[in-house]
Amino acid sequence: MDFDFTEEQTMLRDMVASYLSDNYSFDARQGVIKSGSGFRPAVWTAFAEELGILGASFSEDQGGLGGGAIENLVVMEQFGKALVLEDYLGAVVVAGGFIRHSGWSGGPALAEQIIAGSAIPAFAYAEPQGRYNWADLKTTAKKDGGAYVLNGHKAVVVGGPNATHFIVTARTSGGQRDAAGVSVFLVDKSTKGVVTRDYPNIDGPTASEVYFENVSVPTANLIGQEGKALPLVERVIDEATVASMAEACGVMEKLHTLTMEYTQTRKQFGQPIAQFQVLQHRMVDMFIQLQQSISMTYMATMKIDSEDAVERAKAVASAKVQVAKACKFVGENAIQLHGGMGMTEEMAVSHYFKRASLLRYLFGGEDHHMVRYETLSFGKAK
Amino acid sequence: MNLEFTAEDNAFRAEIRAFLEENYPKDITERLGAGEEATKEDYVRWHKILAAKGWSVISWPVQYGGTGWTPTQKYIWNQENARIDALPLISFGVAMVGPVIYTFGTPEQKAKFLPGIVSGDVWWCQGYSEPGSGSDLASLRTRAVREGDHYIINGQKTWTTMAQHADWGFFLCRTDPDAKKQEGISFILVDMKTPGVTVRPIILLDGAHEVNDVFLEDVKVPVENRVFEENKGWTAAKFLLAHERSGIAGVARSKRGIDKIRQIAGTEFADDGGKLIDDANFRRKVAELEIDLTALEYTELRSLAGENAGKGPGPETSILKIKGTEIQQRVTELALEAVGHYGAPYFRGFPNDGDNAHPIGPEYAHHAAPRYFNVRKTSIYGGSNEIQRNIIAKMVLGL
Repeated sequence: MDFDFTEEQTMLRDMVASYLSDNYSFDARQGVIKSGSGFRPAVWTAFAEELGILGASFSEDQGGLGGGAIENLVVMEQFGKALVLEDYLGAVVVAGGFIRHSGWSGGPALAEQIIAGSAIPAFAYAEPQGRYNWADLKTTAKKDGGAYVLNGHKAVVVGGPNATHFIVTARTSGGQRDAAGVSVFLVDKSTKGVVTRDYPNIDGPTASEVYFENVSVPTANLIGQEGKALPLVERVIDEATVASMAEACGVMEKLHTLTMEYTQTRKQFGQPIAQFQVLQHRMVDMFIQLQQSISMTYMATMKIDSEDAVERAKAVASAKVQVAKACKFVGENAIQLHGGMGMTEEMAVSHYFKRASLLRYLFGGEDHHMVRYETLSFGKAK
Repeated sequence: MNLEFTAEDNAFRAEIRAFLEENYPKDITERLGAGEEATKEDYVRWHKILAAKGWSVISWPVQYGGTGWTPTQKYIWNQENARIDALPLISFGVAMVGPVIYTFGTPEQKAKFLPGIVSGDVWWCQGYSEPGSGSDLASLRTRAVREGDHYIINGQKTWTTMAQHADWGFFLCRTDPDAKKQEGISFILVDMKTPGVTVRPIILLDGAHEVNDVFLEDVKVPVENRVFEENKGWTAAKFLLAHERSGIAGVARSKRGIDKIRQIAGTEFADDGGKLIDDANFRRKVAELEIDLTALEYTELRSLAGENAGKGPGPETSILKIKGTEIQQRVTELALEAVGHYGAPYFRGFPNDGDNAHPIGPEYAHHAAPRYFNVRKTSIYGGSNEIQRNIIAKMVLGL
């Protein structure tokens, strides 16, 4: 047993860290947000060409580097530390997951474009009423000759404003929350009837409300089997959840480091406030939460490729319970220990806190995953 | 022991409720309910309505415009205001500098400053914290140097709430640099239009402009603007920190917050397609919050009963501050949790452009995350909750 990264993975980590340190300063990031964009084309090009990370988790026969979940973890942890805005999660982790697990005929061509940086899919899975039930879909897809016709509304599609495509979950049959009848489609954003309303999220990235108004999608764009895609969706969302936890670990590490630095500099009552035992213990507890989160994220990353769907789901659910709780504890205390300064927009810590707070709930918070874990362990509660 | 309000109390409550229903501006309720932020004009307008009724400075002595209400009546007043979500009056004049002036001020100072506070014509701000002096307030370094019948003030204040609207400010300044920390501080009133006063906005993490840096550069202030003796300003400052702690627990407002969560959770769906309020985990958290709030409410009522019996609020008010702010924070956290995916969009990023065909989530979701982020301040300001625990350890437990 070991928890070491391979030489290649270590190189990948160092390369990403070095690039971000040169190109992704806090000020540069804030500038991108103020400009109203959540995306720098030059950064995405660098991800594709200079760093080659867009292909790191794709198989070699798809033109990638043959990596997988661990490579995504390595990249996402660094992205967390720099609060990267660009939507690697949707474009690479989610899209790559669908391509890998579906056997979809269009997969290799899309993979090639993603790796090159020319296709940037965003994941349109959430619906206004659905909360974290991925089968709760009002968006419908009706077969009509050689096409499906999509109608519906997808909520808070992160990365939507800069996406080229949407990967859309839609109902091809059954009732609103039935497990059967869920299908997945690739939709080119320029297709007639795709309407988007773009906005920034409070933690920095941009998102869209996406409306499908009689959007005609070729049958060749059906990813996976018609009406039987729920297990595929759940698997990919579990992979995305693990990757987002890696990002959360990077975010929390920064929250802890910034707090350690600040409390050793800030003086009150004639001494650095880090000298007060009550604050020392708080920072120790933050550190423990961080370490427990890293452990659970590694555990879930190593189990995410298991063919045992229950083992996989339990690993992800248990890890997310830990990470979600830690996002709250580490984030809130980082602000508290920064005092008034932590409340200001100009301090980086407040932005890490905002990101941690939203990552806590992304793909479901501690309650959602606790219920999942309980149900997988004991069956449904009576 | 008796939990009942008296018949007089109940009659009083009915009178207050009728007055508020009749006089609180409905358009303010509507705009704020739709997520807009209160403007200076809103605060002033409501203040003037109350002033006309004689209820703008309810806690003051009657001779200065107060009501003579009992602590229980003031408590009922606060409850009824929270029930309709009425704007609170800005505390800097009414609850802070006003009581300092009528307690420590000269007859001239009372005559000059109190009427403007009662009427709402003068907006005050508080110059206490400095960049290097937060929890350790007494280490403040802003200097006031006596030159003839003036002070020349130099220094920087920070976290000055709504200084952008202020006509006057009350500032703690060091007048004797050689004295021990708390000694050598004076309490000085400054006209914010005086040359050398510069207000610079500080933007908070939710994008709001509530607080400011205030720079004081060779600001010339007449000596008659000093309240109480020179170098004894800490006495006034301490009085102010201990005064009017009632309402600090925010019980009535947290109750309103929980009511709103119940409404939201009665609209939002849970994972199983039922209403969120019927979700076992969510309702457990709401129930826990209500129980914690009930405990706080009765702790506050016990403190109130002590006040009615003539005992002033003691250091145990720190309990109210700690628990009150923790509960406020949990209320906003639960609201953020309740709105699900729509907690993420940043409402300042999509000013209402009339695109009602493509709404960005329900209106009640727009402020959920900003409020959760914004109320982190409550466990930091007014003496951080760590400082409050120190106060209980020292002053209550004698440790």
